[in-house]
Amino acid sequence: MKLFEFMGKELFKDYAIPVPDGRVVRTPEEAAAAAEAIGSVVIKSQVLTGKRGKAGGIAFVDDPQSAQQEARRLLGMEIGGFPVEHLLVESKIRIDKELYLAITLDGGRRCPLILASLEGGMDIEEVPEAQIVKYPVDVTLGLRPFMAREICRRLGLTGGQAKAFSDLLFKLFKLFQEMDAELVEINPLVISGDSLLAADAKVTIDEDALFRHQALHRVEERTDLEKKAHDLGLAYVELEGDIAVMANGAGMAMATLDMLHYYGGKPANFLDAGGGAGVEQTARALELLLATEPRVILINIFGGITRCDDVAKAFATVKEAKDLTTPVVFRLVGTNEAAGLEILRGIGIQAYRTMQETAQKAVELSRQSSA
Amino acid sequence: MAIYIDENTRVMVQGITGNQGSFHTRQMLAYGTRIVAGVSPGKGGQEVEGVPVFDTAEAAAAQERLDASILFVPAAFALDGALEALNAGMKVVVAITEGIPVHDAMTMITIARQKGAVVVGPNTFGLVSSGKCKIGIMPNQIYTPGSVGVVARSGTLSYEIVANLQEAGYGTSTVVGLGGDRAVGLNFIDVLPELEADPETELIVMVGEIGGTAEEEAAKYIEAHVSKPVIAYLAGKSAPPGKRMGHAGAIIERGRGTFQAKVEALSAAGVEVAELPFQVPELARKILA
Repeated sequence: MKLFEFMGKELFKDYAIPVPDGRVVRTPEEAAAAAEAIGSVVIKSQVLTGKRGKAGGIAFVDDPQSAQQEARRLLGMEIGGFPVEHLLVESKIRIDKELYLAITLDGGRRCPLILASLEGGMDIEEVPEAQIVKYPVDVTLGLRPFMAREICRRLGLTGGQAKAFSDLLFKLFKLFQEMDAELVEINPLVISGDSLLAADAKVTIDEDALFRHQALHRVEERTDLEKKAHDLGLAYVELEGDIAVMANGAGMAMATLDMLHYYGGKPANFLDAGGGAGVEQTARALELLLATEPRVILINIFGGITRCDDVAKAFATVKEAKDLTTPVVFRLVGTNEAAGLEILRGIGIQAYRTMQETAQKAVELSRQSSA
Repeated sequence: MAIYIDENTRVMVQGITGNQGSFHTRQMLAYGTRIVAGVSPGKGGQEVEGVPVFDTAEAAAAQERLDASILFVPAAFALDGALEALNAGMKVVVAITEGIPVHDAMTMITIARQKGAVVVGPNTFGLVSSGKCKIGIMPNQIYTPGSVGVVARSGTLSYEIVANLQEAGYGTSTVVGLGGDRAVGLNFIDVLPELEADPETELIVMVGEIGGTAEEEAAKYIEAHVSKPVIAYLAGKSAPPGKRMGHAGAIIERGRGTFQAKVEALSAAGVEVAELPFQVPELARKILA
């Protein structure tokens, strides 16, 4: 779950990481009041996407009146498809130098990875590899003073700056671990004299760990339908086409979409009904698909932990309850296959054996019903 | 010889009294897996499918020689369960559970490595040494012994490919499910050397997907160290960027982890890349002919 900058900075404050003086506002009037109180300010659009500076989503102003004007302009904007609903009005800070600091997950090494560079302020992707210090941290050791010393040495930081940097790094690492973060990024980390200031905050929290962070405000990036699916424990992504797809397993669902594309069809969604989905959950998944009014429904189940008879039962229930008329192409193999196929035969459905037959049939039907 | 597990592997099931735990204990026993103990706190003294249940892994280990464990434990308790198994001396811990916090996964994986053990998964279907031992949740009937070693990020998709291979007359030596999460105990580059060294494996099939860099790293490894032929199938060719396709790891972010980049890396390493699952046995026929 990505956090807005202002939420990230709230977390930073909880961990005593210095941030510029600022306020979150939702109206031009509030922005003017904030500027009145703070003085020269930078007004930053709060959106869950990068590159907002380039998109004109950041404004520097020196008085409340221009703050109000700029805030009005920013609040009407859409950046990368996200409407701007909040602004962060912050004190303008003296910048001696801009650094980069992030902690992320290294899937290859299976450990946190500290990324630090003296070349902050720009997209880290554009910084040459040689100028980025990458330091993996063994989770059983955690961050240790010797590691911080080594990172400072590689960066070339000494004296007061090294001390301030290490101090901040420890706080950030603590936040990263305690908050179950997948990413914490400060870009730029501003050197102002001998002190450091987090001028930006990018924080992503592991969704699987949210149960440990009840107090954290939930940020919703999903569409309504995607949210509904998520609440049902399904992985769902909306796409543009007309063939609704349900498969079990993310890889299988992706491969089904690829195969539909291959045969010239257009999937309407990605839906992973999940491993071990029972009758009830499968029925809900089907209802969700029906609500999108597809031309054809393709169900591709290779039962492992999912049992074919459960899927067939769920389908039979929904078919009867909803008086289903949308054509359905079924493929059902794996655990409890025979029992599942028998249930389907009972309601007049002959399932296909292979994925390619299933995909070809679905594409054919989608063309017929669109003609 | 088989890799990781074989007909002598003695297996413990954690969460054996639950719905999934008991169902898959039955399935694994039917496949021939030697399940000798189950763990379920508070249920010690019971039996599931004839397997004795213990309150703790230590209690089980005091009674039975144990080599491997499979976890059917809710995500919030999975780290504790995995550490319990590792602490009781298990050398292979198979974490079936979906939705384990990634920090917990990193901890269990790191500690396993320090103890000379491996975590398979999390969010894996498990692994099987065909005809000898299955520790996982996959359907029994598709794993007949043969010479193809399969290593996969995705469960059902690997069933699809293994079943396609089986239908074409190719059995499997070992099939390993890496798991769909961001941090998993085994990556392609950990399993590839085992398959390369395994005399029962003549052909290696990789089942990958978009997102991350595991396939690119595998390509580098293959180029330098793998002499056996390798076929790869990758899911997610048609996936839009920025959308997480079910698996935590399956997302194209900042232009990384794309289908195209993976295909190019693997092809350059001499790997045959199948465009669709059913092409895998066709390529196998060409290579093994």
